[in-house]
Amino acid sequence: MIYLIFAYFCLSMVGITTMALTRKNPVHAVLWLLLLFLHVAVVYLFLNAEFLSMAQIIVYAGAILVMFLFTIFFIGAKELSKEKRYIKLWEGRLLIGLAMTAAAIVALSKIKTTFSGKYTISFIEKTGNTYAIGEMLFNEYSLAFFMVGVILLIPMIAVGVIARKLR
Amino acid sequence: MIEFLLMIIKTMIVFTIVLAHVAYTTYAERKIIGRAQARMGPMEVGPHGLLQPIADFIKIFFKEDIVPIKAEKFIFQIAPVIILVFTIVNLTVIPFSRDFILADINVGILFILASASLSAYGIILAGWSSNSKFSFLGGLRSASQVLSYEISLGLSLAAVVLMAGSLNLKDIVIAQHNTSFGMYALPQIIGFIVFLISAFAETNRAPFDLPEAETELVAGYLTEYSAFRYALFFLAEYVAMYIMAFLGALCFLGGWTLPRFVTEMLPFLESVPGIICFAMKVYGFIFLFIWVRATFPRYRFDQLLNIGWKILIPAGLINLLIVAFIKRFV
Repeated sequence: MIYLIFAYFCLSMVGITTMALTRKNPVHAVLWLLLLFLHVAVVYLFLNAEFLSMAQIIVYAGAILVMFLFTIFFIGAKELSKEKRYIKLWEGRLLIGLAMTAAAIVALSKIKTTFSGKYTISFIEKTGNTYAIGEMLFNEYSLAFFMVGVILLIPMIAVGVIARKLR
Repeated sequence: MIEFLLMIIKTMIVFTIVLAHVAYTTYAERKIIGRAQARMGPMEVGPHGLLQPIADFIKIFFKEDIVPIKAEKFIFQIAPVIILVFTIVNLTVIPFSRDFILADINVGILFILASASLSAYGIILAGWSSNSKFSFLGGLRSASQVLSYEISLGLSLAAVVLMAGSLNLKDIVIAQHNTSFGMYALPQIIGFIVFLISAFAETNRAPFDLPEAETELVAGYLTEYSAFRYALFFLAEYVAMYIMAFLGALCFLGGWTLPRFVTEMLPFLESVPGIICFAMKVYGFIFLFIWVRATFPRYRFDQLLNIGWKILIPAGLINLLIVAFIKRFV
């Protein structure tokens, strides 16, 4: 049963992505993306990662996609532009295709069939997923975590500077 | 199978009770605002107007459902359903008493925040798909309002989570009951005030009901809606009000429990059922929502955003710092 549900979510994610890519109206594309993010959140639940799944919905579906919608509204794009440099660029197609293939190859070669190290399924079920993530982020990866914070701070400062200049 | 049937019956009980409450909240709102303005409120239908919500429901149910000809038809029709679904789904994670909860999940608070951010889509899409300037402006206003106040709401709830050490709403209430105050509203008074103001803005209620400001935007994103779809928006607004009241009662006022020092002074209060304590706290919040609507004038939009970003978010951060210090050193 659980495999059937998992198969449904994986197949429908592929279908939804195709729909999102082929829509003419950008708002419709964003709505398909919203559906895709909700499906991704459910796939995280299959991994016992309830915190990650909720963070996926709050951050991606709740904040980032709303920003996408805002951008589309402010640009006022009813239909995507059909200029030649956007739709007929064979170098771009080739590059993106190669990059995607490389990413797929790297991802497939790193597949693990069992859990190794400290964070096994029984460990996570004992301590709780949220607790395990917090423990790992703030102890093992604290430097990387703070660096991400600083990197995210820089665009905020930049936006402030630009807004001040315009005024 | 029996378990499944039991689940369906429990769900139906919760939904029926909450929807009945919503119907009579509209009645209470009209009565209380009427009294605040030295009027009687509805008096005609039934004794003291008690059947007014039913009459309103029948009227709005049989009206014609108009879809504007230039509207984006499918999205226009689905927007009220989106907002209602993502609001009503929150009822599943609310613990109404010690052992009555539909889904006891580990990330209850995050679930409520997630579906609150998703219900903003309903409003944005309603505004966009109506293809009218008023609706569109109302939708944009609502989106920026909800996005800004979600941060301060999240900060005030983060302090609660930090204090309780859990994201599960049930564990938060139990952790609260074990402290000496018995409710987090006392040690986290700043967080409680931040939560209250953000709750008003999140539910688009007065004095922050700018997305539907009549004087500027006709009815905001509701302008083109009529009949049953309008009723769905209305329903969603009141259910959202109840969700915020539940959240406030659970996270700051101790949910179904009474503080220890109260039950020690007045021992007979021990025998009060938990669900009644919880309901009293929720009714208090709902009364506050209505009272504020009757009392305060509407803010201007730049004032609204200034309150959110320049006062509430710093106050929420300070509250988080204080709570972290309390947790570490006291």
